[in-house]
Amino acid sequence: MLQEEVKRELIAILGPTYVKDDMQTLVTHSYDGTPMLQALPDAVIYPLTTTEISDVMKVLHRHQVPLISRGSGTNLCGGTVPVHGGIVMVMHRMNQILEVDLENLTATVQPGLNTKKFITHVEELGLFYPPDPSSMSVSTLGGNIAECSGGLRGLKYGTTKDYVLGLEAVLANGDIIRTGGKLTKDVAGYDLTKLLVGSEGTLAVITEATLKLIPPPQYKKTMLAMYKDVYAAARTVSSIIESRIIPATLEILDHATIHVVDDYAKLGLPRDMEAMLLIEQDGDREAVERDIERITAICRQEQAVEVSVAQSQEEALKLLTARRSAFTALARLRPTTILEDATVPRSKIADMVIAIHRIAKKYEVQICTFGHAGDGNLHPTAMTDARDAEEIHRVEAAFEEIFEAAIQLGGTITGEHGVGLVKSPFLEWKVGAAGVEVMKAIKQAFDPLNLLNPGKVFAKESRKRVVIDRG
Amino acid sequence: MANQAQSPSVHHKTVNPLAAKLQLRLDPDQLTNCMRCGFCLPACPTFAETGIEAESPRGRIALMKAVADGIMEPDRAFEEQMNHCLGCRACEPACPADVKYGRLLEQARDAIEDHTERHSIGVKLSRHAAFKKLFPNQKRMKLIGRSLQWYQQSGLQKFARQSGAMKLFPKHMQAMEKILPEASGQGIVEQIGTRHPAKGERIATVALFRGCLMDVLFTSTNRHTVDLLTEAGFEVVIPEEQNCCGALHAHSGEAEMARSLARQNVQVFKDAGVEFIVSNAGGCGALLVEYDHLLHEDPTWKEDASWFAAHVIDISELLVRHGRLPEFHNEDVSIRITYQDSCHLRNVMRTSDAPRQLMKQVKGVTYAEMKDADRCCGSAGIYNLTQPEMAGQILDHKMEHVRDTQAQVLLTSNPGCLLQMKHGIEQHGLRDQMQAVHIVDFLHDHMHPSRK
Repeated sequence: MLQEEVKRELIAILGPTYVKDDMQTLVTHSYDGTPMLQALPDAVIYPLTTTEISDVMKVLHRHQVPLISRGSGTNLCGGTVPVHGGIVMVMHRMNQILEVDLENLTATVQPGLNTKKFITHVEELGLFYPPDPSSMSVSTLGGNIAECSGGLRGLKYGTTKDYVLGLEAVLANGDIIRTGGKLTKDVAGYDLTKLLVGSEGTLAVITEATLKLIPPPQYKKTMLAMYKDVYAAARTVSSIIESRIIPATLEILDHATIHVVDDYAKLGLPRDMEAMLLIEQDGDREAVERDIERITAICRQEQAVEVSVAQSQEEALKLLTARRSAFTALARLRPTTILEDATVPRSKIADMVIAIHRIAKKYEVQICTFGHAGDGNLHPTAMTDARDAEEIHRVEAAFEEIFEAAIQLGGTITGEHGVGLVKSPFLEWKVGAAGVEVMKAIKQAFDPLNLLNPGKVFAKESRKRVVIDRG
Repeated sequence: MANQAQSPSVHHKTVNPLAAKLQLRLDPDQLTNCMRCGFCLPACPTFAETGIEAESPRGRIALMKAVADGIMEPDRAFEEQMNHCLGCRACEPACPADVKYGRLLEQARDAIEDHTERHSIGVKLSRHAAFKKLFPNQKRMKLIGRSLQWYQQSGLQKFARQSGAMKLFPKHMQAMEKILPEASGQGIVEQIGTRHPAKGERIATVALFRGCLMDVLFTSTNRHTVDLLTEAGFEVVIPEEQNCCGALHAHSGEAEMARSLARQNVQVFKDAGVEFIVSNAGGCGALLVEYDHLLHEDPTWKEDASWFAAHVIDISELLVRHGRLPEFHNEDVSIRITYQDSCHLRNVMRTSDAPRQLMKQVKGVTYAEMKDADRCCGSAGIYNLTQPEMAGQILDHKMEHVRDTQAQVLLTSNPGCLLQMKHGIEQHGLRDQMQAVHIVDFLHDHMHPSRK
């Protein structure tokens, strides 16, 4: 329950329309895109300006009330579930493109702006903003920055962190800071911009961002290769990179995913394949044609059973359908879909896919794997039912072992979804006890009262590491 | 993951009778299937208008689930939220998990309707009259048609408008009165009979679903539908005993009445021995293709209902997919046309390409795709009467996009949408620049003259 006094003060800042604590509002802000997590906030607010947010933070700081800032609530790590109650702050009203600077090739935006709208807008101006998380038609740029979202173009173009040049943010005590700017070079002190990107709303509330834009590629070509051996597919990935070719997209689907996708989209994919690679290259026409030719040769050399290059935009779209419909096809199989993002160095992709198969078999759970092979970011996806406690227990055990396997291969527990609530017990596995201590000290420096998105990133207790059964 | 789950453990003893009913009615599988990814949010008109999570499909399902889980009581705000949904079902094609949102909404509304004591006596009486006595009875519908015809032709309409008597009615009723098409006291069967041979070699025999409102307010559209179908090579029968589809009932929480109408229609069309059941109204067609679900708990009717649902098709889809298309010509000055999707035709019957293909075949016509043509126009069955404020807001945005197309003819494929578009044109002062027309009428008008 929100103290009457706090509520009064919030209403004085935001007006009565934008402070809600009716049951309907609380229930509809008790979840995000993560399965099986729910906790009610005490109130929901909808600010319009940085000043309002600063004033709000001063009130919450004085009364020591937690604040969870969020965009559309599509994250997959429980990052915006208000587990400690408090105020959920929805940023949707702050959704303006403040400026597109054609001289410096930057855009300055408010955090509640929809990612897809922004991308469409800059494309109309003949520019390009590459980060393309799958949720981009729903998500906000503020959410993307807070989670450091990735996407399909990560290998060649990098992720959100590579495109944030400067930020305006409100600190836990209400102070406003500005970091970076329209600058390619800036070494004035610690890089607070990079620190805030991916900080999951635990360090400050992002209220404005200056983003880097680049010229768009002129030409694009899409191809597909099928394999009877996962290692052959993985070797292809490594060979392509070794040949100094960086494709714009380099995606992998495993055997189980190919089946499910074909059942759903009726694409007539061969059923006896162990892996499929979907490859796109973009750039100057000549360079693209040359790269695709070389990649085709590499695929054949590495024993691809089938290689097809799209000859038209329509054909390309058809090839892309297999990858694009993967999530939809998987989500329809069972009531609950748990999508993870274990990531390994790209040279270890095959080992990781095989490890996932072995672990799924061991725990008798259904896990399909697809993902961004080029950057080693896989999406092992479990199809289960939240109502079956025993099965859910096995799924969790399987994922723990998958995280451990990723780390053993030199990888990480999360490549692009963030730590949030879901991965917090495993954070220490990746960064070590000393790493966690440094991060906690940073959190302490920014937010000594632990008001900003409490309960996230750091778990009360780290999970004991599982011993991998190599049998 | 689940070991972190902080499921609120509040568990009310269910004393609230509506809560009990909702827990019984709402399909737990569909509630669980929603994984809260949020992909439905950009597709939802009420979310677009308000930006409020509770006004989105994800939010509404979360509310239903919270009631089913005993986390919250279904209060007045809950009921209002369920009624605030347009039921356009644009969220369904957007949903990766294929959640049957339309079903959940109907289950919720059905439970609410069973328990509501909130309708005033007037609303109760008029609901009873409309849902139980009027729509299910084609004779009474025709009587209404005749009365309306008399109202329009006797001079009373003129009198009502000039004398200011219409001002006694609420604003949105006045607005609707203005755009009512000329009613007919004679339905399609009385006008042209029940059986019509194909021109040329017969491709298939099809049955026309005439619709209750269509048959009174848009009899000529039904006639034109028959002409188009026979011209394209189909033999057409119009089973006389067919009834209202039940869509308005199903969407308003009168599921039992809808089922009873469905059983009657299934029987009549089964007996007709046809290869397709053709609909020319997206709103009706969308319920017709879901008769299998509507009657899935009825062992006697289940199988026939599945046959029925599998054979329903919209006229545009039938013409494009199986018909011998006649030539369509515009002989006047070149005109621009545009199209407003019928939500239920697009989102439930999944027909959006066929009407566009047909429009583009008309020679001497420029087709301009309207921005957000796939977004609901706010008509949504009787939504524009029950939620005039939100409907008005949605219509205002729609009319901006309509205006931008600079079209002279605005086409659509459902009577509700057509009336709403006529209303929009009237309200936004576009009467001199454009008209709203059913796609069937437009195509019929532009068939080669000798063929009409």
